[in-house]
Amino acid sequence: MTDTAYHKVKDLPSTHLLGTGTALCAGCGGLHALGEIYDVLGENTVIVNAAGCMTLLSVYPFTPFRGSWLYTAMASAPAGAQGVRDALDILVSKGRLAPGDDLNVAVLTGDGSAYGMGLSATSGAIERGLDFLYLCYDNEGYANTGHQTSAATPHGAHTATNVGPQGMPGYKKDLFAIWAAHKPAYVATVIGSEPVDLARKIEKAAKMKGPRMIIALSPCPVGWEFDPAKMVEIGRLAVKTGIWPLKEFENGKITHTKIPPRTPVEEYLSLQGRFAHLFQPQRDEKTLKEIQARVDAYWAAVA
Amino acid sequence: MTRVLLTGNAAAAWGARLARADYVPAFPITPQTEIIETLDRWIESGDMDARMVMMESEHSMITAAGAGAATGVRVFTATSSQGLLYGMEMVYTVAGWRAPFVLANVSRGLASPITLEPDHNDILAARDSGFLMFHGATCQEVLDLTLIAYRVAEDESVRLPAIVNLDGFYLSFTREPVDIPDADAVRRFLPDFDPETVRFRAGAPESQAVAVLGGGPYSYFRYQSHLAQRAAAPAFESAAKEYAAAFGREYGPLECYMADDAEIIMVMMGSFATKAKAAVDALRAAGRKVGLVRPRLLRPFPDDALRAALSGAVGVAVIDQNLSMGKGGILHAEIASVLYGLRGAGPVLTSFIGGLGGRDIAPEEFFEIVSITEAAARSGETPAPRLLYTERELREMRKLQTIAEAEHHLSRQEEEK
Repeated sequence: MTDTAYHKVKDLPSTHLLGTGTALCAGCGGLHALGEIYDVLGENTVIVNAAGCMTLLSVYPFTPFRGSWLYTAMASAPAGAQGVRDALDILVSKGRLAPGDDLNVAVLTGDGSAYGMGLSATSGAIERGLDFLYLCYDNEGYANTGHQTSAATPHGAHTATNVGPQGMPGYKKDLFAIWAAHKPAYVATVIGSEPVDLARKIEKAAKMKGPRMIIALSPCPVGWEFDPAKMVEIGRLAVKTGIWPLKEFENGKITHTKIPPRTPVEEYLSLQGRFAHLFQPQRDEKTLKEIQARVDAYWAAVA
Repeated sequence: MTRVLLTGNAAAAWGARLARADYVPAFPITPQTEIIETLDRWIESGDMDARMVMMESEHSMITAAGAGAATGVRVFTATSSQGLLYGMEMVYTVAGWRAPFVLANVSRGLASPITLEPDHNDILAARDSGFLMFHGATCQEVLDLTLIAYRVAEDESVRLPAIVNLDGFYLSFTREPVDIPDADAVRRFLPDFDPETVRFRAGAPESQAVAVLGGGPYSYFRYQSHLAQRAAAPAFESAAKEYAAAFGREYGPLECYMADDAEIIMVMMGSFATKAKAAVDALRAAGRKVGLVRPRLLRPFPDDALRAALSGAVGVAVIDQNLSMGKGGILHAEIASVLYGLRGAGPVLTSFIGGLGGRDIAPEEFFEIVSITEAAARSGETPAPRLLYTERELREMRKLQTIAEAEHHLSRQEEEK
């Protein structure tokens, strides 16, 4: 990434486009990432939103966005993006829209929509080669309804619907791989606590055409049960322990944009109430080892 | 004006073409598919300057249709039955966006059991969505109502999407002579789409379809859609008047056939009403004062027109090609709401269910319906709603059941071996 404007934190935009005072929770990792993304993406974007936490960003008569917004439904934000993109293209080609009035089209959904209900519409949009940027704030649960288990919930985590000693018995769906299998223009994982890496990826994605995906791991103080003040720290630990690999897919190739030192996953897990049952009243060695082993196996395959 | 033989599906496609639809999100479903195939051919040949996109579901298709209209282009789409229901969340959602477009629905009975043939439970599931609803009974009407639907939907006092309904098979695949209006005359009747304030432009950012907090703002916007629907009644009247002046075909909210002096009036929607018309002719020939009223407009509901057309009769028989389980005919309940509380007794109202899944309604059944309604008018006693079914049909059904039972036994016996 030599042709980037973002080499260090000082290079990041110093003016912020996203307004404040929204209804979102204090310490929301999704909003943190979205603010950073929006600064790079710019206001000439129409955001097509699906049901989720961020639906509450635009509540009549207020919006934190300087650009445009369309709320659709939980399953069909990519189809909404299709309608907006196609209509803009039609207007431009028929001379009914000044080229300067054209817009970038972005989808904004949580993991509930991106990993589950909206997957059919997403797959369709990619297969049609839709020129859009998909932004997923992945807070690893149906957070807006009280953090029930979603397809993005990690193994062992407690949620409102996995309250037993095992926590969530399944494994987090690999949305990155599902997108990559469609051979889109671009897929990247980001996190708000790594703003330079995030800015570079948005900068790159914004210059591309075709289907592009940004999956932002979004530490959620309410659902993950941690002090909102620790949101950035938990994000950094997600990367440092290797739990959240920062990577991108481009031209059929996956590149890891940050090779972590890989401290033990416990450092990340032990700060979150959703994993407390792995440590108290006694340590669940089996589950802790399994989580560590899966992370180790992932990085062993990378190297 | 050119006169050609067209199927109902082709007539709907001609409506979209003459309306100069810019954008057609599509998804196939029997018996609608011919509409989108026809449009695709015209787009490929350059006869139609539009873009079609094949979506992966009707839910996505209706989302894209609404989003396209909300961005500022003229949109046409089409579906049927299960497809309309699969997209139903978005039917309700996009109606609230106040972005007009037209959707042709080719009526087909709903599962279960699965069938391909028509009735109106699919379209009536969208009754309360906010979409304007037009029902055609001939191929000509399907084309004409599609053009009128665009005019009404885009009227500045309305700004709502519209459904034009045609019955599967009986209309969709039936060829009738259709006058295709002259394109320039249509352009004068239906000018280029004006998105007004509902659109996306970089220079004028908009937030659309945002959430509201609390019942106050929610009720306000819902009432606005309802009032827009009510405003669509006069908008339809003036559009239809202009249409008649330009093309010579008159469309009121109702088709009234021999209804002026009728003592008994049958009320039906869609193409099966043409069967009732034939029955009216036969009964009139026998000296009985019978007529037919067929609503072309279901939403906005033509209350005043219905009251005027029906209140002079002694008996009104509503024949519903739909069934609200546990209640009965949906149109019957709507007609009752119009006639109840009239000064004086008003006509007696009878209810019949027929034509489900394309089941035929025979002339004798229409005669029986009229006789039952005459008797009810004489006695002043309203009979219980009737589910039309003949002894012969029941015998045929029993045969099928006998075969099913025999097959079941055979497979049991083989399992036991």
